[in-house]
Amino acid sequence: MGKQKREVPELNSSSTADIAFLLLVFFLMTTSMAVNKGLARRLPPPVPAEQKTEDLKVKERNVFVVLINSEDQLLVRGEYTELADLKEKAKEFIKNTGDDPNMPEKEPMDVEYFGTVLVTKNHVISLQNDRGTSYAAYINVQNELVAAYNELRNDLAKAKFAKNYDDLDVEQQKAIQKIYPQKISEAEPKNYGGKK
Amino acid sequence: MGRFRSNSSSSGTPKISTASLPDIVFMLLFFFMIATTMKEVDFKVGINAPEATELTKLEKKTLVRFIYVGVPTFQYRAQYGTEPRIQLDDAFAEVSQIENYVVSERSSMPEHEQDLMTISLKVDKDCKMGIVTDIKQALRRAYALKLNYAAVQRANAQY
Repeated sequence: MGKQKREVPELNSSSTADIAFLLLVFFLMTTSMAVNKGLARRLPPPVPAEQKTEDLKVKERNVFVVLINSEDQLLVRGEYTELADLKEKAKEFIKNTGDDPNMPEKEPMDVEYFGTVLVTKNHVISLQNDRGTSYAAYINVQNELVAAYNELRNDLAKAKFAKNYDDLDVEQQKAIQKIYPQKISEAEPKNYGGKK
Repeated sequence: MGRFRSNSSSSGTPKISTASLPDIVFMLLFFFMIATTMKEVDFKVGINAPEATELTKLEKKTLVRFIYVGVPTFQYRAQYGTEPRIQLDDAFAEVSQIENYVVSERSSMPEHEQDLMTISLKVDKDCKMGIVTDIKQALRRAYALKLNYAAVQRANAQY
């Protein structure tokens, strides 16, 4: 009798591990890790002080100037433009479908997978801002310009390989990058629209 | 069955096995260890990053140095005012200090990685471009040309 009294019924704990794993998996799936993300850019190398700031000879038809003034308004190639229209304008400019004399020159280039293609390889998108421009507006414009390139590349990838650009292998991506090289230049700072 | 009932009534409430408690605690521990991202620094400036859609991830953390720009947080306002300020590591800094900072950070990296150093600019979206332009010029002088404008993913296009 005494031996029987010490026996305590134990809870079956073999399933706690399962519950624990369930919780663990649940939290792992639902937590979004803070990942550092951003718009990657490359700055132009510094200009030596003794060198005269000679403007590189770039034909006017090859330059897509985007000015942002201190009121966050856009002037694209001399025209007042809304942010929403910027992407389409940039795409038109980079593609130059109709071989417009106001749009960048096209040059034949050999590209893998594509053969010889006419590429607007001398085009430059020049982004100039005022000191009073807000950072949010600046990032929005940068974002639209990158989006223009990404959409063009994606369209081409779909037309040629029937896949999204991101799903292509490295060689194919390189070929497309050759056709649509990303050329966004951040100009020397100047003052537009007065000091603030 | 009858034996069990008489047993428990005579010895009081049965003890619950605590053998799995450590498992649960470890699980919580691991969860927090994994989900927590270490704070890089103590923020002395408030940063509300702008939103964008076309983002790329920052790849190797050891190659990235951060420059923070924003309005000083409340407890520093009396000393530093409410104009946007630059923070390098744990301290407020001036534009003139950036060059030195970049050069010293670069020299502390292994030689083969020095060219790959990326500067991530974490700037509050309400800042003006003036201060950002000054920083960019300083970075150019220091030959830190790989740049990343930190932004958060926007759920969908704004129009």
